[in-house]
Amino acid sequence: MTDWFLQQLINGLALGAIYALIALGYTMVYGVLRFINFAHSDVMMLGAFAAFYLTPPVAGMLGEQSVWTALVVILLSAAICAVIGMTIEFLAYRPLRKRPRLTVLITAIGVSLFIEFTGQHEKVFGAATKSFPKLLPSRDIVIGALHLSSNDIVVLVLTAVLLAAMWFIVQRTKIGMAMRAVSYNEQAAALMGVNVNGIISFTFGLGSALAAVAGIFYAMRAPGIDPLMGIQPGLRAFIAAVLGGIGNLPGAALGGIVLGLLETFFGGMPGLSNYRDGIAFAILILILLFRPAGLLGKLQTEKV
Amino acid sequence: MNRRLSISVLFAAALAFAGCDKTSSDQIAVGEFASLTGKEATFGQSSHEGTVLAVEEINAGGGVLGKKIRLLTEDNQSKAGESANAVNKLIAKDAVVAVLGEVASSRSLEAAPICQGAGVPQISPSSTNPKVTQTGDYIFRVCFIDPFQGTVMANFAKKTLKAQKIAIFTDVKSDYSKGLAKFFKEGFLKAGGEVVAELDYNGGDKDFKGQLTAIKSKAPEGVFVPGYYTDAALICIQAREVGLTVPLFGGDGWESEKLTEIGKEAVEGTYFSTHYSPEAGGPKAKAFVEAYKKRYSGKLPDAMAALGYDSAMILFDAMTRAGGTEGAKVRDALAGTKEYDAVTGKITINQDRDADKSAVILQVKDGKFSYVETIAP
Repeated sequence: MTDWFLQQLINGLALGAIYALIALGYTMVYGVLRFINFAHSDVMMLGAFAAFYLTPPVAGMLGEQSVWTALVVILLSAAICAVIGMTIEFLAYRPLRKRPRLTVLITAIGVSLFIEFTGQHEKVFGAATKSFPKLLPSRDIVIGALHLSSNDIVVLVLTAVLLAAMWFIVQRTKIGMAMRAVSYNEQAAALMGVNVNGIISFTFGLGSALAAVAGIFYAMRAPGIDPLMGIQPGLRAFIAAVLGGIGNLPGAALGGIVLGLLETFFGGMPGLSNYRDGIAFAILILILLFRPAGLLGKLQTEKV
Repeated sequence: MNRRLSISVLFAAALAFAGCDKTSSDQIAVGEFASLTGKEATFGQSSHEGTVLAVEEINAGGGVLGKKIRLLTEDNQSKAGESANAVNKLIAKDAVVAVLGEVASSRSLEAAPICQGAGVPQISPSSTNPKVTQTGDYIFRVCFIDPFQGTVMANFAKKTLKAQKIAIFTDVKSDYSKGLAKFFKEGFLKAGGEVVAELDYNGGDKDFKGQLTAIKSKAPEGVFVPGYYTDAALICIQAREVGLTVPLFGGDGWESEKLTEIGKEAVEGTYFSTHYSPEAGGPKAKAFVEAYKKRYSGKLPDAMAALGYDSAMILFDAMTRAGGTEGAKVRDALAGTKEYDAVTGKITINQDRDADKSAVILQVKDGKFSYVETIAP
């Protein structure tokens, strides 16, 4: 029984860490612009595809399944997705910045569908599932009856490192201060000499780079990728961000972990596995009923 | 106003041309709907290639009833809802005399009420859920059904694998998977075995470790996964990662190159039941394998390709015997199909409009599907 519990704990944490990474991107953009970037989950998909196409040439130069190959592929994919994220912001969201939030939200859904269905065209990625290459040499670590994949540990550690890095950027650097200023009051920040457009671009770039990393981790865990692969984890991560308190970085991480654990534990109960999402989301609704701002969020009164 | 008028004139002209097209008297229009793209694309592609080969062969031999067959194909992108659109279009706009399709039971079931309502015979090449042909007397299939396939796998698990305790892992989104799981369970209990765990997933999920850990804690001697190949491959990978090393086995939904492409070494040693193997078969099967390889640059036909071919050939045979293409006549001729010598074995259409025929069991070895045994009904 304890083995079962510990094994599920490991499974849930590893899944939750990926949700947390995606949730960070949602929450950062929300923190600065107060809108949900629904295309975020598709940037995650693009990250996985970037790695899919980059791995063979990079592996040719640096050796197959080596740490260096993985690092270069992840960095390049993150860079590509950062550029894509900034481009999306520049083309689709910036022209609408002075419009009502709802307009931008609907545009975001449009961008999301555009990426998904362009990706499914046979001249782009094609709709069929593709086999994701092995990036890292994975080793199974067996402790008693517990089975750990070395990839799970890599994911957990890297998520923790990235979370700390994000917190550092936002709280301790000059650009982070500017981000917080834009979030607090865009006009006042502009008057203080903050380059608002630059800051918003930077936020999108950072969020999209995180999405790319999450996409690669997700594909390493389940090595079949397709253009619609982002929808399910994207939705989960969005909910994780809300659960943790949207706009709050540690909250997003906590929300992701909680959701991953709920899903894994209910999925592992015979007779309930069919309802795992239903139960997980029912619990989320309960939490939000009692803490409407999320686990770590603070309620803000809208200024009129 | 003027511009709108001219557009509507153009539109009317286009419609008129479309009208001319379908009444051309030297051709017989046959519709096909398939998952040419999407999650089960390799099934749809294989099945489509088999069907195309059958149409080309029959046309090269002079066609049916002195007319050439014109195959109209619609892609449903492996998505729910699209099959109904596709078949509505084939029947209403293209006026096809019969419909071929689909592989997935859920999607055949979507189209069946439409074909039944329109009085157009539908032949599914490889949907194995019993419900498909229960829709009505215009719906046929050329493959065996899940009660048979489930029993075959149950006996295989009990006798060949010598397993006493089995876990079942079902895709609750798919009629095919649920049906196969049910019949497997009945057969396995009847054979004296014990089902120690029953867990579910949703087709398209990417994380199965929660369920697989629960399965492992019940210590089964084998796990039956009646799903489709993408999910099955991911399940095999994650099963090995949580330390579940017992044999995994499934049904004909596993047969695709994608299974080994995605699953790699994790699917080695797994088993599945299917309709046919190029390694085992009579002269007709050998001739088909040769023709297929020639037509598709050396590619070996899988079961879906063979069944796609058979579904078309049985339709042409029925049309010839009926002496016409009217729905009711073709339906009666199809229902009277006896001992038809098809690529996938001798086919007799029984009173439930299903095919009575044998199944084969394959095993994944070195990334290839190798023949294990044939099991007669």
